[in-house]
Amino acid sequence: MGIETTDDERGLSEAGVPPVRRIVVDGETPPVRVAHRIGNGASPGLDEPFAVEQDFEAVWVEERMRIESLGVRFGQKEAVKDVSLQVNSGEVLALIGPSGCGKTTLLRSLNKLVDLTPTAIRSGRILLDDEDTAYMDDTLLRKKVGMLFQQPNPFPMTIFDNVAYGLRERGSKRPGKKALEPIVVDALERAGLWDEVSDNLNHPALSLSGGQQQRLCIARSLAVRPEVLLLDEPCSALDPISTAIIEDTIVNLKDEIAIVIVTHNLQQAERIADKVAFMYLGDLVEYGPATQVFNAPMAERTKDYVRGDFG
Amino acid sequence: MISGAGKKRTRRVRKPRKKGAKGVWSIGDRIGLGIAWITGIFLCVVAFSVTIYLAVKGISYINLDVLTSRPEAGVEQSETGGFLDPMIGTVLLTVLGTAIAAPIGVGIAIWLTEYGRPASLARFVEAGVEMLVGAPSIALAIFGLLIFQTSFMAPFSFTAEGGAVFGRSFFAAGAIMSLIALPFVVGGTREALNSIPKHVREASFALGKDQASTIRRVLLPASRAGIATGTTLGMAQIIGETAVVVVLLGASLQLAPEGAIPVLDIFKGTGSTLTSYVYINSPAGEGKAPEKAYAAAFVLLLIVIALNVMVNQITKRGQHKWG
Repeated sequence: MGIETTDDERGLSEAGVPPVRRIVVDGETPPVRVAHRIGNGASPGLDEPFAVEQDFEAVWVEERMRIESLGVRFGQKEAVKDVSLQVNSGEVLALIGPSGCGKTTLLRSLNKLVDLTPTAIRSGRILLDDEDTAYMDDTLLRKKVGMLFQQPNPFPMTIFDNVAYGLRERGSKRPGKKALEPIVVDALERAGLWDEVSDNLNHPALSLSGGQQQRLCIARSLAVRPEVLLLDEPCSALDPISTAIIEDTIVNLKDEIAIVIVTHNLQQAERIADKVAFMYLGDLVEYGPATQVFNAPMAERTKDYVRGDFG
Repeated sequence: MISGAGKKRTRRVRKPRKKGAKGVWSIGDRIGLGIAWITGIFLCVVAFSVTIYLAVKGISYINLDVLTSRPEAGVEQSETGGFLDPMIGTVLLTVLGTAIAAPIGVGIAIWLTEYGRPASLARFVEAGVEMLVGAPSIALAIFGLLIFQTSFMAPFSFTAEGGAVFGRSFFAAGAIMSLIALPFVVGGTREALNSIPKHVREASFALGKDQASTIRRVLLPASRAGIATGTTLGMAQIIGETAVVVVLLGASLQLAPEGAIPVLDIFKGTGSTLTSYVYINSPAGEGKAPEKAYAAAFVLLLIVIALNVMVNQITKRGQHKWG
């Protein structure tokens, strides 16, 4: 099976949008939905070659990222020690563990955000689609690996501009508002925010509620069509209702995008995760299907943690 | 989040204590409160008396004539004309000084907060900016005179026949005025940039943007209010500055353009501002037109108050509530 990148036919790549990835088996397109759904049928002529296969049931799990003996240290302090993991599309991977166990550092290594800390030293390899991220351009990598933060952090601009932010490149060939509109609308729909903001796309993003802001941040990430989405405790600043909406959104997205979520909330991990990685003091203690980690953990530490003995 | 929760908690604790305040406070606290009240009221009294005194004096002497006529040389007060030229001078000098200080100040602030490496250089720059805040303006003015009197600076300075460079012009005064406004621009911009949480920058990086576009598209727009506040405060400083004007702009009350190129000739020439006009016409200077000095001082005060109101409006409206 080979993976081939096909330029999508609608000229969106000219608009600064990365090309759509399709999975090709022996030169033939398998009966799977395209990695990125666009257009939602609202824009005539655009959605045809990208029609979503409705009768598709099984989840297509495919490796997106592979972490090979990753180590991260800040000066003398070892934050992550020799961690190997796999990040698959079609799955939600939850990183759990007590505070300071290295979950967030691991997460931030995946899009090289950890490199912004001057003292950070990384060892090991992280592969995105079999390509070593160490040799990838930071900005390119971060377009493919999106991230959502603990605090909702929309930029102080309009809702539309927030979502379009990642699509607007520097230079003379900046796409206009018209070219961006279908992408923005689609991203907002997939983030489950469209119905609430469709009438006021030009309102300032900071006027939205916390939960809406966080979904706007999801839309902002989705607009650049990432292959992987990293979530760093995305619901810790939100109320239960907003949390439930975000969780729904995450589960809906996992078919198309590999999702890694750091969470302190074990119930949340149980609700949405397919795979769980338990970390403790920088070590990966246990990694496996969620049901196994929560119901029949192999390591003693994991047992204690998921039972709530420490945390 | 953590700090926010902390704030809420302290507020909750404080409230019940406030209700029974009088009974609970100790003697020392009550004396302290009394002193705070007295000093506060004293400050208000001084500020209001200055304003009211100048308003009463100023309004009684102000009229359309002094606002629209140029200052003239004269022995009697009635022959001395108005202060149109000084008003124009104030505007020109403020525009010039701000135009130099704003971009440089914003640039320095961005470099200090977003790059700031090597750290030793950053500390040096910081110290330099702090030095400018504390430097007596007369010292800066003399320094400016030193520079602009060199023959190298002749194109920017009022020059006498025979090639003597006076080191006096709107250019010279504007350049030194920009140093006076600079720390305010830097301070306002830095404060705004520092108030933007780190994760907002990271959110932009996480979308595949580099530092330059993050600064241009997110950080600078988000700091607009802070930049505007700093710049306005800097403008108020320039408007109120006297020493630099007296030393570097020359003592001619009328605008004295120099050279043949229009507009540029004004900047190369000498002139006056409201502050130097007040100084010269007050009993402290030549004292020929004290009533007009009062009127000019009143106009000056109005301008500065207006700028302060502007600053308040900008800060009130421009504040972002970050998550």
